[in-house]
Amino acid sequence: MIDMLLDILSWGLLISGAFFCLTGGIGLIRFPEFFSRIHAASLTDTLGASLILMGLMFQAGISLTLAKLIMIMILSLIAGTTASHAMAKAALKSGMCPLDQAALSRRPEVKSYTDKT
Amino acid sequence: MRHALALSLLLSCFWLVNSGHYTPLILSFMVASVFFVVVLSHAMDVVDGEAQPLHITFRLPVYVIWLAKEVFLANIAVAACVWRGPGSISPRTIRVRASQNTDVGVVIYANSITLTPGTVSIDLEGKDIVVHALTEAAEADLLTGEMDRRVCRVEG
Repeated sequence: MIDMLLDILSWGLLISGAFFCLTGGIGLIRFPEFFSRIHAASLTDTLGASLILMGLMFQAGISLTLAKLIMIMILSLIAGTTASHAMAKAALKSGMCPLDQAALSRRPEVKSYTDKT
Repeated sequence: MRHALALSLLLSCFWLVNSGHYTPLILSFMVASVFFVVVLSHAMDVVDGEAQPLHITFRLPVYVIWLAKEVFLANIAVAACVWRGPGSISPRTIRVRASQNTDVGVVIYANSITLTPGTVSIDLEGKDIVVHALTEAAEADLLTGEMDRRVCRVEG
């Protein structure tokens, strides 16, 4: 009985994690320009990955595997953030500018960037 | 010394969790490798309060739980934007002032902003964080300054 409940909970978490990963992927294509797309990618990084890992934790039970999954989760959250920030900063420094008039006028040296796709 | 001990403890836990083999020979390898890494870190001059901010250890969990709730809510908001399409977003860039006193505090704040979907910190100029927000709601959430205050409390 308990096993079945844990299985149901675990599958619920796995499926909702998969949903958020899929949503992140769709957002990556649907959003108009680079900086908005980073937000969509962070869906996959945060809740998508975390929910899938939590679902796996319920499958693992109390064991070494659980501790390893927790470490993977901490690593993926910190590495995901750092990578997002590094990417956004690199884009800004190489002359890409967010679609925002106020920001454009504050940084006249940066040429404006518009993605036509 | 306190920081070196904390680092040794953390590395040993990390090693034990990853290993799964607890025979005397393997455990002596652990002691040797942890000692080597701590000595190396000491030589690199990174064993200090900045690399191991021990004073925040017990205040951090409360903040992490609050942050997890915020990240969850923000995820749902951004997912809704994705399904409604590009018309539902209004990207904007804003500047927020980080009121933390230490570098560790500012880094925690800027990383929390990035971790929350809908806001990404794209640059750090002194204590000003340049933030790209996806929607007006995400911007308003950030401008309430609650995250800033909570990070200040963590930092102590």
